[in-house]
Amino acid sequence: MTGGYNKQWLERFRSHWLWDWITTVDHKKIGILYLLGGGFFFIIGGLEAMLIRIQLFFPNNDFMVGREFNELLTMHGTTMIFFVAMPLLFALMNVAVPLQIGARDVAFPFLNSLGFWLFLAGGILMNLGWFFGNAPDAGWTNYVPIAANEYSAGPGIEYYVLGLQISGIGTLIGGLNFLVTIINMRAPGMSFLRMPLFTWTAFVASALILFAFPALTAGLFLVMFERIFGAAFFDVALGGNPVIWQHLFWIFGHPEVYIVILPAFGIMSDVISTFSKKRLFGYNSMVFAVLLIGFLGFMVWAHHMFTVGLGPVPNSIFAIATMAIAVPTGIKVFNWLFTMWGGKIEFTTAMLWAVGFIPTFVLGGVTGVMLASPAADFQFHDSYFVVAHFHYVLIGGTVFGLFSGAYYWWPKMFGHKLNETLGKWHFWLFFIGFHLTFFIQHFIGLFGMPRRHFTYQATDGLTLLNQISTVGAFMMAIGTIVLAINIYISAKKAIPAGNDPWDARTLEWAISSPPPEYNFAQLPRVRAMDAFWHEKMAGNKTMEPAGPLEPIHMPSSTHLPFFMTLGFFISGLGWVFRSLEVGVLGLVMVALVMFTHSFNHDHGYYIPLKDIKSNDPKKGAKA
Amino acid sequence: MSQGKKLWLTARFLTLTALMVLVMAGCQEPTMSVLDPKGTVAEEQLSLIQLSVYIMTFVCVVVIGIFVYVLIRFRAKPGDNSIPEQVEGNMKLEILWTVIPIILLAIFAVPTVQKTFSLAEEAPAEGEPLRVKVTAHQYWWEFEYPDLGITTAQEMVIPTGERVYLELESKDVIHSFWVPKLAGKQDLVPGRTNTMWLDAKEPGVYAGRCAELCGASHALMNFEVKAQEPQEFEQWVDERQNPSSEPQNAQQEAGKEVFSQNCMSCHAIDGTAFKTKGEEAPNLTGFGHREKIAGLLEFNDKNLEEWLKNPEDVKPGTYMPSFDYLSDEDMDNLKAYLKSLE
Repeated sequence: MTGGYNKQWLERFRSHWLWDWITTVDHKKIGILYLLGGGFFFIIGGLEAMLIRIQLFFPNNDFMVGREFNELLTMHGTTMIFFVAMPLLFALMNVAVPLQIGARDVAFPFLNSLGFWLFLAGGILMNLGWFFGNAPDAGWTNYVPIAANEYSAGPGIEYYVLGLQISGIGTLIGGLNFLVTIINMRAPGMSFLRMPLFTWTAFVASALILFAFPALTAGLFLVMFERIFGAAFFDVALGGNPVIWQHLFWIFGHPEVYIVILPAFGIMSDVISTFSKKRLFGYNSMVFAVLLIGFLGFMVWAHHMFTVGLGPVPNSIFAIATMAIAVPTGIKVFNWLFTMWGGKIEFTTAMLWAVGFIPTFVLGGVTGVMLASPAADFQFHDSYFVVAHFHYVLIGGTVFGLFSGAYYWWPKMFGHKLNETLGKWHFWLFFIGFHLTFFIQHFIGLFGMPRRHFTYQATDGLTLLNQISTVGAFMMAIGTIVLAINIYISAKKAIPAGNDPWDARTLEWAISSPPPEYNFAQLPRVRAMDAFWHEKMAGNKTMEPAGPLEPIHMPSSTHLPFFMTLGFFISGLGWVFRSLEVGVLGLVMVALVMFTHSFNHDHGYYIPLKDIKSNDPKKGAKA
Repeated sequence: MSQGKKLWLTARFLTLTALMVLVMAGCQEPTMSVLDPKGTVAEEQLSLIQLSVYIMTFVCVVVIGIFVYVLIRFRAKPGDNSIPEQVEGNMKLEILWTVIPIILLAIFAVPTVQKTFSLAEEAPAEGEPLRVKVTAHQYWWEFEYPDLGITTAQEMVIPTGERVYLELESKDVIHSFWVPKLAGKQDLVPGRTNTMWLDAKEPGVYAGRCAELCGASHALMNFEVKAQEPQEFEQWVDERQNPSSEPQNAQQEAGKEVFSQNCMSCHAIDGTAFKTKGEEAPNLTGFGHREKIAGLLEFNDKNLEEWLKNPEDVKPGTYMPSFDYLSDEDMDNLKAYLKSLE
């Protein structure tokens, strides 16, 4: 009668592992999903980078030219920022932050899941451009009028606008979630000034997301209305002004740089202090520096626009404000150095990445100060010098941080370490390749090569430099392949790493690896900064519980975030192809799912005492 | 091998590579080097760059010095399980590394602000300074000398030793005007007029590039600034104000016919008495004197034909249609005419 679609079938469907992952609201699993999603886009963004470098190997090469090349560079930049750096940081934040503050979960598990699916949907939507129509081609900054209908025909820019809009909702939700989690769900005794630095940076980055992303959303809306509905915010002929977009974009775009670098700072702080066996030097000034960087990050957006012609007064003001950021950043660098000073430094792979980060990031930082001078920036701007600068910051900072964090928290996530020997190969190949690629680019820029140029002339004297840069990029690619092999081999052997493989300092290492669904059987009582280290020094093996052992209330899995996202995705696709019907249909689906969710009386479920007790005490039954 | 030694080797390797690259790049002679200024603006900018490099090198040396020392001195020794002293911080040190960067930044900030203002100086009302109105198009440059009544494309001719004030405008998308050896860049934004000034200290041909992503042929939107001795410049002005664009022989005459049927609606040539004055595309007056075709290809017969037959192959996304339907004879005549434009 039902063609075989009976309850049994539904049961099989629901018990499948894939359904489990699609419906999960567990922050640790969502962290792993973010890791997979971000890793997938990392491969895509990396391939795009390799194609760019291949094209630039010979002068006047015709491998990928014109619009194709513009699509490549646009997708490379957008992918790496929005679909690699941010989700991978969200992965580590999801895995570590609730554990570091001794929480059972995040504040809004439903939203957490929704945030992940929206990010994935946005990323996929944008990459569909490669297969249907054309990919966006106006640079990751999407400046108008080059992004207007007149100069970028086809659906390319729509993929950018809607892909970012959808994933942007996810990011905003994610940031909000972490803010509330960190404010509300800290374990007893975990005061703000006892929080691990990674949690602090996650907190500030989330606050930046809260204030920066709405500017992007507004900007994207304007572009969407201009392209799809014929508004004229940017069209000079109709009284618009293209500089509006640049302001909106950089009011978002500059803080964005700090959104992806601050959590990396946090990772470095945790890793360096763990593997130096010392508490962080100048903890209070570190926290203050993070807050100050976050604040100043909003004050300096116009330094991306020195050449737009704002005039010497705004240029000077923004120059000084920008230079000011070097002060708190400098404080952080010296504090890291003095954390290692007098310590016992152990060069694990995680530590190598953190250590490699310091000189690399300093180099990226000093070129940042150089760029902050408008008069000099007239020479640097939009040249390869800038490309070198921001890759030093974004790879030397964020990507090194991500690698460090991945090696560091891998045993907590999966119960086994990554192979250290392969890890070191990965580090050295990538580290040397990185400097070979990007150090050279400072000179490519000073020798007059503008960024986003698909070619240079044989007489320009840029050939050899570009070739060296390409060779370096290949070394980085090989390093990344070693990482992939490492992940595979380590998972196959899967040697249990234990709860606290690094003799670490913070709360997440006090429970089993991987942690049970409810994290802490009893919430821990925090008595000092570096809580777990404090207990270990006091001769305790575990944290002191803050309350009696009770049944634990957990939220139920739900498929609604996935389907709500599907609605957004369908709607996005509809607008891309300028189909009002499909666009509205998708939004109706979103509204229906929201409605369902609002009237859904699911109060979650309890884990009874016997289940908690039956967990091996070593595996974290006790907090 | 110990970690410290490994790091040391890496550092040495990197320094060596960097030096090698610099030496070898020196042999290649980059044509647009910021480090080899030929005008006042570029010189001032370079001096600022140098100042910042000194300060930043100092910072790097201090940081990397401490860094290397720490890595070597404080690495864990095998078998040593003692716990190092847990230091909370050090107020004096922390104040020290807050104050020193502030001082360093102040040293850099003062000339920065000074130069930012001096580079933004507007053209004086008196003394009739030389003004050039630069208009950017996808993917070519138009240079108009409003006081001299001259319009040219792809090549901006200026006299040496004199400040030239530029007014920068764009007809379509945002472009950026950059001649690294003479001056840093300034954007050309539709709907607004930006200004900058530059000068060239010695005669020469200086390569320029569009520095703001402007579409498919962004990388090919090249131009040149030709700096000439003042009297040579006067001569050029004279020639351009009284162009000799009339055909000298029958082939050129036939070429002019081809031109008027195919090219005239977009391209203007001064002094030819064409009825329509094309303004959509580069003004071709004096085309025969150009160093490059389309700002890009070496000026020769073969390249000229390639460009005319299929411009899209040379500059993706260009608005110039292909003239591949012209007969061989028409093509030869057209080329002869174009080359005769002086």
